[in-house]
Amino acid sequence: MAPAPSSTSSAITLNINGEKHHLSIDHRTTLLDALRERLDLTGTKKGCDQGQCGACTVLVDQRRVVSCLSLAVAAEGREITTIEGVADGEHLHPVQQAFLDLDGYQCGYCTPGQICSAIAVIEEHAAGWPSAVTDDVGPEAGPPPLTPDEIRERMSGNLCRCGAYVSIVRAVAHAAEAHAEDRTAATKEAAA
Amino acid sequence: MKEFGYQRARDVTGAVALLAADPDARYLGGGTNLVDLMKTGVERPARLVDVRELPLDRIEPTADGGLRIGATVTNSDLAAHPEVRRRYPALTQAVLAGASGQLRNMATVGGNLLQRTRCGYFTDAAGPCNKRNPGSGCPAVAGEHHNHAVLGASGHCVAVHPSDMGVALTAFDAVVSYESADGPGERPITDLYLPVGDTPHRETALPPGALITHVSLPAAPVAARSRYRKVRERASFAFAIGSVAAALDIEDGRIREARLALGAVASRPWRARAAEAVLTGAPADGATFAAAADAELAAAEPLPDNGYKVPLMRNLVVAVLTELAGRDAR
Repeated sequence: MAPAPSSTSSAITLNINGEKHHLSIDHRTTLLDALRERLDLTGTKKGCDQGQCGACTVLVDQRRVVSCLSLAVAAEGREITTIEGVADGEHLHPVQQAFLDLDGYQCGYCTPGQICSAIAVIEEHAAGWPSAVTDDVGPEAGPPPLTPDEIRERMSGNLCRCGAYVSIVRAVAHAAEAHAEDRTAATKEAAA
Repeated sequence: MKEFGYQRARDVTGAVALLAADPDARYLGGGTNLVDLMKTGVERPARLVDVRELPLDRIEPTADGGLRIGATVTNSDLAAHPEVRRRYPALTQAVLAGASGQLRNMATVGGNLLQRTRCGYFTDAAGPCNKRNPGSGCPAVAGEHHNHAVLGASGHCVAVHPSDMGVALTAFDAVVSYESADGPGERPITDLYLPVGDTPHRETALPPGALITHVSLPAAPVAARSRYRKVRERASFAFAIGSVAAALDIEDGRIREARLALGAVASRPWRARAAEAVLTGAPADGATFAAAADAELAAAEPLPDNGYKVPLMRNLVVAVLTELAGRDAR
């Protein structure tokens, strides 16, 4: 005999950009809809709503995911970062600054997703993750150079229908270089 | 979307008990396929049992020199794992060839194996489909089937299994462990998926409500020299129209051992045993590779609009084996 139907909504707490939000939520609500419709965090954009365009990309426990295929109820207890939370106060995140400096957008609709994705791409690459265009995936090979081909492959989950890809690739490359220099400087400082 | 209950499973036994008690419940892993299908009404579960916090997120070496992969390991973590990259490089390549960075961070190993076909008739809840609604017919046979099966299909269903990961796991003889209401069990991945026949709605040999807990890779020295290559309609983030996972062990110009599996050609990842039989013991040259591909594809039964897959797969097999042989010779 099937058990009595369980409740179809829950009271949950979401940790978003370091702030706790309490809400009662229908289980059908995606993380994307919770952010936009319930919490007024409209920086995260709804594009295809089926995991194909990347406009809704956010970071969950520092990993990039598509919020349109994430259920809000399943995100409880995780650390969620949206585009509203990537800057350090008034200081833009280096990836945000690179997109501004190098015109990494046209209409801007896909940009929050592109930026959240690029922040994670740079971390994944720094951690040594190979990609589908990495020639040697062996663990001794080390991170491949972050060439335009590597950036295009790693960013392929983010579509830009304006076609601003040329500038997006430049912006990601620029931010990745700055990130690598920061890491080198930090390592030297720690050694000194 | 239909309303549903939601629970987080704390342990494997509890998760299996929840599914056993409710035939309309489903396990929720990364949700990249299930949530999408729920939005369109193809899946209408009454309850989701979230298994992502189960202690199944480790990749561990086994005593026999293989690896034991937990079912909730994400695609990203599987692909990035140093021992996977060292011992089974084609598996890393296969995983990285699938989906996008965001989806690989969400998707899990267990879910990848149990994901559903992307056949457009299956995903359109309004129309007929024998897999979704048994006995309603298969519009793909006379309809849109340019990316459908050429091996092992039937007139009842010509859909292909969409996994890249599964193709490499099939080449390497992975064994799938599960827990069910009747206790634990395991099956070689080559016996996980049922023949299509006239029951395309029955996809796997797992007991009802079973939860995949691990996927084990036996030791396979041949896999250290392996390669996955995928052909698709755009450069990235698309399902395969054909793919190959292959490994070769060559000594003095002869093939000591060969592994070959094909993707996007059948309702399951297709282990190419006829090709392997031709390869084993034969000279590692182009003539052997072509004969091996032909031996496997002799059974192909293309439809009017997917005949291109036969020469495509032949060329792909020959190209990947040639590349592996060349690499070995260096």
